[in-house]
Amino acid sequence: MSDVKMPQMGESIVEGTITKWLKAVGESVERDEALFEISTDKVDSEVPSPISGVVSEILILEGETVEIETVVARIAEGGAAPVAEKNAPTRAAEKAAPAEAPAAGANGSPVTAVPVTVGAPASPAAPTPVAPPSEKVRSSPLVRRIARESGVELSEVPGSGQGGRISKKDLEAYLRRSQKPAAAASPSGATQPAEALSAFRAAPETRFGDHYVEPLSVMRQKIAEHMVLTKRVSPHVSTVHQIDCTVIARLRAGAKERFLEQNGLKLTFMPFFLKAAASALKAFPPVNASLDGDDVVYHRDINLGMAVAIQGGLIVPVIKNADDLNVLGLQRAVNDLADRARNKKLKPDEIQHGTFSITNYGGYGSLFATPAINQPQVAILGMGAIHKAPVVINDAIAIRSISYVTLSFDHRLIDGGIADQFLTHLRGVIENWEDSIL
Amino acid sequence: MTSAVSSKASARRAGRGRLPSEQKGAGSPCFVENLGLLGYGKAWKRQLELVERRKLGQGGDRLLFVEHPHTITLGRNARDDNVLVSHERMIELGLELVETDRGGDVTYHGPGQLVGYPVVDLNLWKRDVVAYLRALEDVLIDALTELGVKAERLDGCTGVWVGGEKIAAMGVHISRWITSHGFALNVAPDMDYFGCIIPCGLTKPVTSIERVLGRTPEMDEVSDAVTRSFGRVFDRRMLPADAEKPYA
Repeated sequence: MSDVKMPQMGESIVEGTITKWLKAVGESVERDEALFEISTDKVDSEVPSPISGVVSEILILEGETVEIETVVARIAEGGAAPVAEKNAPTRAAEKAAPAEAPAAGANGSPVTAVPVTVGAPASPAAPTPVAPPSEKVRSSPLVRRIARESGVELSEVPGSGQGGRISKKDLEAYLRRSQKPAAAASPSGATQPAEALSAFRAAPETRFGDHYVEPLSVMRQKIAEHMVLTKRVSPHVSTVHQIDCTVIARLRAGAKERFLEQNGLKLTFMPFFLKAAASALKAFPPVNASLDGDDVVYHRDINLGMAVAIQGGLIVPVIKNADDLNVLGLQRAVNDLADRARNKKLKPDEIQHGTFSITNYGGYGSLFATPAINQPQVAILGMGAIHKAPVVINDAIAIRSISYVTLSFDHRLIDGGIADQFLTHLRGVIENWEDSIL
Repeated sequence: MTSAVSSKASARRAGRGRLPSEQKGAGSPCFVENLGLLGYGKAWKRQLELVERRKLGQGGDRLLFVEHPHTITLGRNARDDNVLVSHERMIELGLELVETDRGGDVTYHGPGQLVGYPVVDLNLWKRDVVAYLRALEDVLIDALTELGVKAERLDGCTGVWVGGEKIAAMGVHISRWITSHGFALNVAPDMDYFGCIIPCGLTKPVTSIERVLGRTPEMDEVSDAVTRSFGRVFDRRMLPADAEKPYA
């Protein structure tokens, strides 16, 4: 039997902290193979095993600090174990759950603590002698964060790593497959996105016939969770108004070139709608508010989020205090944010603290849609394509540029009456636009 | 062990740590490799290749320079609370989040920050990780002095400081006395991104060469200064990477 001691990694060092065991009790290790990692200040060092053998005892656990030369583990000298033994059969032979594509052989691939999924355990990980029963579940800060944000109890997630350690892949696999009973969510919508998502995933068989499979990108997963969340939290109702954009269309046509020359910017319809929205939000404060439990938070600032489609998903940068800006200022902000959104150059505070959002799907050809509210806001304005259509004015038919504009709103706070008055006000601003662009 | 080790040194320290004049590596070459703008994962992979080579005794010491795209890295001592921006926000910002095996807590890397990864064999210098950290600090302090920035270390806080603000962070991994990871020196990064984290778990402010000097030095200017001071502190001949004869 050989003692493994806490090494001295420098003259002045008197103690060390174990950050990670790379082998568990019962596993074999070769001489000079990394056995555990320790940290000193900003240095993380691998400590190699002094001999070849099988780890028989681990005396000091991860996170503990001991003096140098303290015995931290014991190794029973033994012949080099055959490769198969490295994977304790209980871990390697776990069957994949029926709904999962079977994982490629765990046989022969060493079980390391690096977050790589060896197999998808169908049952909780095999008994791992290292952790005493009171030890908390092993995982990295990142995994704990994701678990917290998804409302998942880590103790229920099977870990495929050393000592039942839960890697990010383990957690993601669990979120995809678990069937959690629908917990009673609080009325203000305690977020259970993982549960909602997994209920969606547990739907009928999807892998039939000729097909190929790609995992969701992380961005896509996050968008998916948010969409499920918002529909769950806010009872969505949509109301649509027809807005005659002829006045602003003419204005824009006439001013486009001058605008481009003077300001180097293309003038679009967005600043008109943003300004109209800001005006309507001022007139109807509940539409600019948020629900926080049983409280209504009325925001005095008008921060308009603007949905931008980017590669792989979408993002909503925010124009802060949009009511302070004129058409030129708004157009600048729109172009700048959209550009930086597509180039992933937005700053953290530019995607936070929006109070209301606008999405312009008309630009992509949609006449009419019912957008989803961007939490924690209570309403979103959707702009349909501005197109020429016959309308009736004073009992005569005229060709005008019109747009179907939708307000999707959270019926917990906003009623149809307010929503329609809001849109009527907005429509009034657009249809009676005063001719002073700058 | 060579005959260069005096009996006095070995009696005193059982072979650990030697006086500079006795160091085996004195004057030996160290090759400088510039990886340009490269993702954290790829740069880490390059380091691991070099570490493995070094363990086999092939290849000489290397100093890698690189710039990363916006990345937050969690070291082995990372505390979750030190990341202030939610996971979703990070994705939205195009910030990559990586768990890594260097020491230290959380840090941010991004364009405008000179990241240095010395992959060196401490068997040839001194088997003392704390001494290595202090020496890296010296390298940066020297280079900054050359550039006109008065920098210093703060007792108990690894890294390099200017007027109580952190200008360089450090985090190292050691495997069989071969180093990897290293330091990140703020030349002219977008300081807003530091708002996403509590760097290294400390609530002290961060700064950059650009902030201190009021001008934006070229990255090359800074990496050259660091290369020179590295050669001085570690007593190496600094050569470009392509000067190294390839190993089979």
